[in-house]
Amino acid sequence: MSKPKVAFYWCASCGGCEETVVDLAEDILGVVEKVDIVLWPVAMDFKYKDIEAMPDKSITATLLNGAIRSTEQEEMARLLRRKSQFLIAYGACAHMGGIPSLANQFSREQILKFNYEDAPTLANGDKTRPQLSFTEAGRTVTLPQLHNVVRSLDQVVDVDYYVPGCPPTPKITKAAVTALLEGKLPPKGSVIGPDHALCEECTRKDTKPDKWDFVEFKRPHQKLMDDKCFLAQGVVCMGPATRAGCEAQCTTGGMPCTGCFGGTSRVRDQGAKILSALCSNLAAKEEGEIDATLATIPDPVGTFYRYGLAKSILRRKVSLPANS
Amino acid sequence: MDATKKQDVRIGFYICHCGSNIAAMVDCPAVARYVEKLPGVVLSRDYKYMCSDPGQELIQKDIKEHQLDRVVVASCSPLLHEHTFRAAVEAGGLNPFFFHMVNIREHDSWVHTNKVEATEKAKALAHAAIQRVAKHKSLEVKKVPIHPDVLVVGGGIAGIHAAMTMANAGKKVYLVEREPSIGGHMAKFDKTFPTLDCAACILTPKMSEVGSHPNITLLTYSEVAKMDGYVGNYTVTVKRKPRYVIEDQCTGCQECIANCVYKEPKFHDEFNEGLGKRKPVYIPFPQATPQVVAIDPKVCLNFRNGVLTDKCKKSCVTACGEKKAIDFTQQETVQDIKVGTIIVTTGFKTFDAKRVPQYGYGKFPNVYTALEIERLVNASGPTAGHVVMRDGREPKSIGIIHCVGSRDKKTNRWCSRVCCMYSMKLAHLLKEHTGAEIYSFYIDMRTPGKGYEEFYDKLLEEGVHFIRGRVGEVTDWAMSPEEEGKLVIRVEDTLAGYVRRIPFDMVVLATGMEPQADAQDVRRMFNMSCGSEGFFLERHPKLAPVSTFTEGIFIAGACQGPRDIPDTVAQAGAAAAEALALIDKGHIEQEPNTAFILDDECCGCKSCIPLCPYTAITFDESKKKATINEALCKGCGTCVAACPSGSIVQNLFDDEEIFSEIDGVLAHD
Repeated sequence: MSKPKVAFYWCASCGGCEETVVDLAEDILGVVEKVDIVLWPVAMDFKYKDIEAMPDKSITATLLNGAIRSTEQEEMARLLRRKSQFLIAYGACAHMGGIPSLANQFSREQILKFNYEDAPTLANGDKTRPQLSFTEAGRTVTLPQLHNVVRSLDQVVDVDYYVPGCPPTPKITKAAVTALLEGKLPPKGSVIGPDHALCEECTRKDTKPDKWDFVEFKRPHQKLMDDKCFLAQGVVCMGPATRAGCEAQCTTGGMPCTGCFGGTSRVRDQGAKILSALCSNLAAKEEGEIDATLATIPDPVGTFYRYGLAKSILRRKVSLPANS
Repeated sequence: MDATKKQDVRIGFYICHCGSNIAAMVDCPAVARYVEKLPGVVLSRDYKYMCSDPGQELIQKDIKEHQLDRVVVASCSPLLHEHTFRAAVEAGGLNPFFFHMVNIREHDSWVHTNKVEATEKAKALAHAAIQRVAKHKSLEVKKVPIHPDVLVVGGGIAGIHAAMTMANAGKKVYLVEREPSIGGHMAKFDKTFPTLDCAACILTPKMSEVGSHPNITLLTYSEVAKMDGYVGNYTVTVKRKPRYVIEDQCTGCQECIANCVYKEPKFHDEFNEGLGKRKPVYIPFPQATPQVVAIDPKVCLNFRNGVLTDKCKKSCVTACGEKKAIDFTQQETVQDIKVGTIIVTTGFKTFDAKRVPQYGYGKFPNVYTALEIERLVNASGPTAGHVVMRDGREPKSIGIIHCVGSRDKKTNRWCSRVCCMYSMKLAHLLKEHTGAEIYSFYIDMRTPGKGYEEFYDKLLEEGVHFIRGRVGEVTDWAMSPEEEGKLVIRVEDTLAGYVRRIPFDMVVLATGMEPQADAQDVRRMFNMSCGSEGFFLERHPKLAPVSTFTEGIFIAGACQGPRDIPDTVAQAGAAAAEALALIDKGHIEQEPNTAFILDDECCGCKSCIPLCPYTAITFDESKKKATINEALCKGCGTCVAACPSGSIVQNLFDDEEIFSEIDGVLAHD
């Protein structure tokens, strides 16, 4: 009996997710022993046409990381969906749009203009922008086009499972791979991981006061933090609105949770949820004072929707076209 | 919409014409035809009056004949008829919560003027309900036992009547009164209108009945400090102020008063509106209940600035002798009582006449408030019923000014309801006592009540002069010899059509009724609401006049709004009946639209705990999770919205239901 075929692919991502696979360390050998890797651009040399040549559903599972923000990524997502029995959104970007989806606050034109014309660190006197196709000496090369909007994987193709995290921890990756290999799969559409919020496993939980009564929010660098609950110290921590499973690595390491695992299965909009929890616990009761307290959060979208803007109810700036 | 199909529900839809209330603005048959085509809808009807018996029977019959498992009625406000239709659905054999109501009257037909648009809105709202009801779950009405004891707060006539009614029905009643005696304002009145019954003669027997009733625990000189719990199970903390007299040992012999080191009374007598004097040890009035004296530490020589110095020779203690009722070491005590229902009868405060400076109260000694006159004409008042003014003279002419602090944008806008009547009563009594010439200055004569208009006729016959016009000012500035040394009322006589100046010896101000100064604190303590004017708000002005928005808490009398004694007593009886109905049922049926914590999912972040307006959420230290006391939860949804991990769910308002509803309302274009 042939070994199950597995593919790894990356779209709009930073590469951290690939790193996690390597982070499995010696455990990866166990995985490699049990599977045939048919595609892994970061580490091995396969061609897209090899995949195209495979029969549909012949790949047991594809772990795809990164958001979908270009035509090439969409094409590959559709191809891998067709060829795979299970398509797994791996990491926060594939899961919810991730940090790349913060770009949904701007139009494609704004992004290109800034990056190729206005950025202060730029030396591009001709204001040259990437072209979709370029012909020289009778040979035409092409580049994929950016979409107007960054999307999560499941906003493009059907997704079977999600492995959360930015990046997913080795432990949660191993759990996902093991579940796949052993056929002990949760219901389709599940996020691999526990379904309660991070506070449950946070070492600072016991120092959480009964009342927050926020007067002012601080960013981690503005405060010499002790080992108490971050929220008790006025530092925004996404923990209460974020799925557990990371073993509270950030809060244990002295940084507040930024929400990369997304909300629980019961939450439609992680950012809105933490907002309502924090805002209902402000000390101020008058409008002016409330505004003053909230003004101490300099980048609300980047704070509350850092990993999930594409998948949130907000999704994108309303004036932008949905997709090109 | 797909989900509705998958669930395979069988929905019956009914749209009510409400006579022409809805049908005049909404094309009901068109809505019914639209809904009929929606997924899951088995039948769709329009009907003239869904709330009628035939309307309800129609639902029951359809449930059986068409195997309906969900029902939607589009009609009036759920406040009015949700209960009716739930009962009909239940009678048809379904769980009553497989029902949803669409308000197309208050929310649609009554507020729109374009029939086409109103009809489209009705369709959208109906579509939303159809999608929502498919997600409804079977729910159970929980029963919570009710504590049979009752607390009555305030010992005026309302509190007395409510307490007596409950006690006579065999319930244990705690009656809390902050003054040393019960009786309230009524005890200060001389006669009652329009029958001219002596107020004390009809009130004091009831007071002593309260004092001796085996089922009533009377807590005078006490105030409610705190209320916890929920309908059927309230814990109330009562603060008992020290009266420096042991209630059980005092017989009311008043030897202590007679033997006080102060031979003559010389301190402000609250009961007589300051027109008389009392001693530091006193009983507010002869028929006070309980018949127990009180010592005022502010003026008693044994205290200095309220602190015990023990420097008086304490002749009162000697006079008390073996009874040993006087105890100068008494401290404020706190008592917790458990009750199931509470009747709030905290009454009113009279308008402070100094707020209308042009009428000269506080400036001219011979300007009196009506309540002062009640004491002056009273046989047991400071002058034993002899009407003499502050300057010792008997008035030969008296002007009574109506609507002082009522019907006035500068003070209070409302009509205080009783002033016209009591002014006429005082006119009659003053005429009887002094034979003086009496003028009454009114804006409108308001005499709606049994025998009230007849009383007005009688006064007209008695020769009291009635002048229609709002008084401009009361002045001592004489413009003619006959005005010399008199108080002159300047008024536009709107019937005669000219401005008049009329001189009087005495002026009486018919002050209106206001909420008690601490009404807001009381409101907060009992989780009640207040209207904009500050009186406690009834749950429904017509259909639930003595209920409040907090279950098991009732209001009666002038704390709810200005009213006279008959209305107050009627309300007190009504409040007692409502409380009895709750108690005798033995249990409370709780709307199941409460929130609950998903125990496995709650991470114990405590975000919700300070938010609950009903203090229903506590933190379980052993499980490290929040818990909601279902009996306290009112289903407001605050915690549900705030729970950052979505681990609080509210029955009838879970995400699936709400989002289906939103999808439905948006699906109609």
